[in-house]
Amino acid sequence: MTRVTRQEVEDFLFMEADLLDEWRLPEWLTLFTEDAHYYVPSTDVAHDAPPDNNLFYVADDRYRLEQRVKRLMKRTAHVEFPHSKTRHLVSNVRIRAESGDDLDVSTAFITYRTNHGTTNVYFGTGYYKLVVTSGGFKIREKRAVLASEGLRDQGRVSIIL
Amino acid sequence: MQAYRKFEPLVVVDKTRQTYNVSRRVFVDPEVLAAEQEEIFERCWLYLGHESELPKMGDFVTRRVAGRQIIFSRDAQGKLNALLNACPHRGAMVCRERQGNAKSFQCFYHGWIFALDGACRDIPGADSYPEGFKDKPEARLQSVARFESYRGFAFLCFDPDAVSLETYLGGAKEYIDLVADHSEVGMTIVGGTQEYSIKANWKLLCENSFDGYHAATNHATYLDYLKDRADNLVPIALNGIARDLGNGHAVAEYRAPWGRPVAQWIPAWGEEGKQDLEAIYQRLVERFGVERADRIARTNRNLLIFPNLVINDIMAITVRSFYPVAPDHMLINAWALAPVDENAHRRHDRLTNFLEFLGPGGFATPDDIEALEQCQRGYANNKETCWNNLSKGMAKEVPSYDDEAQMRAYWNEWNRRVVGA
Repeated sequence: MTRVTRQEVEDFLFMEADLLDEWRLPEWLTLFTEDAHYYVPSTDVAHDAPPDNNLFYVADDRYRLEQRVKRLMKRTAHVEFPHSKTRHLVSNVRIRAESGDDLDVSTAFITYRTNHGTTNVYFGTGYYKLVVTSGGFKIREKRAVLASEGLRDQGRVSIIL
Repeated sequence: MQAYRKFEPLVVVDKTRQTYNVSRRVFVDPEVLAAEQEEIFERCWLYLGHESELPKMGDFVTRRVAGRQIIFSRDAQGKLNALLNACPHRGAMVCRERQGNAKSFQCFYHGWIFALDGACRDIPGADSYPEGFKDKPEARLQSVARFESYRGFAFLCFDPDAVSLETYLGGAKEYIDLVADHSEVGMTIVGGTQEYSIKANWKLLCENSFDGYHAATNHATYLDYLKDRADNLVPIALNGIARDLGNGHAVAEYRAPWGRPVAQWIPAWGEEGKQDLEAIYQRLVERFGVERADRIARTNRNLLIFPNLVINDIMAITVRSFYPVAPDHMLINAWALAPVDENAHRRHDRLTNFLEFLGPGGFATPDDIEALEQCQRGYANNKETCWNNLSKGMAKEVPSYDDEAQMRAYWNEWNRRVVGA
């Protein structure tokens, strides 16, 4: 087995960011495994707190992630219609652990969102569990841990981070 | 009664024409906000926190309430306290952490040390003060004028002459009881606070939190989501009433097709879930009889305690409080409340239910936030379009949950306190 390089991981994460910024959400969803989870914890719990007994902002299993995408593509998802303009920046990519086909990756992220003349900034650490498959990387878990004090400035997390 | 500021009529009721109008000035005018601070936030009982947030002696959380910096603590005797977070010496905040456990607080400016009940423990250079100075009232961390709890919900009041908390809550106690009675062991705030903000007037969230009228359009995608899987629903129509509970408190109480962790089963929760919920329901019947057990288990409650505490016992329970920082900007804290003795599966289902609808990352609340902000934007046109219409259901003897009687109850009290009408 050849070791995965950071550049390969970065290419994948940069592509993921582009899909989000281009609102190609159904395509973005195909990057995830069938047992995937997507989390945005509240900011007064530990970054690795379990979602089963802590209130998060977002704790989606694969089914709810599909539903989130479905909702966001509708005109009746009022908070995101018209779609906000976003720019997902991904940096400080590190491969934290490797075991077989599984990879733990961390990133630093900054996401800008503009809508109705207001710009908000989301920033923090992205924790990914990636799987190497014959079709490239898949995301088994994505956890976006905000470094801000709650969502006091942003008010909502209506886009995908 | 102190002299009221002079406002033109801001809430105008015409019973003959069945119109109830609220001036949009109340959402934009700094003078109105100043009057609210004096007549509402300085006088009403305000939610501080839930007793379950401080399980152990020495536990504390710091929190802003109506502009004040408050320490909510459990002292070495196990007693709860609401302290003003300002050193008696020169005024610095003595506790700068948001939560924790401590034997004492030390002011980092000159080093004065306080117990968790506010008593002064030690003053560096005490020999430069008169004998016994640290035991004097002026050396203590000051307590908030009034501090009382009801069924685990702790409130404070800055007015020393206010009526008791129970008198103030009045008709709302019945509804707090219906929530507190979910568990005979007790209710607890689940870890994790949703802290967010809305660029809109704070009273718009009061209205929105028990507005049954906006669901079909504002929450179309949430209803789509529920309908997308047949096992997410039971065949029960959305139907119910609204009640004015006095003192500005009001409630919408109704049946709904979604699952309730206490205790309305939906097929998505499986056979094991069905057995758990049946056991929860049976225990409610043993404790309270069928009628009250049904009410606790199967009706939903969107409760507003005047002026700014929301307890929504719906597909999960949210406790939510919020304060204005400007006429067009509020800060919100929201928590999940749950039975202490709930098992891990039911807790998981509860939090899933919560996040599907509620909070700034849910499938519904973000659209509420958007609606409130778009209202606030619309108020730029106040010179020409000056009135909000809250007349729905005025002629009905028993208003429906999706009429606007609950908002009128709120606005009547607001008007009495702020305008003096």
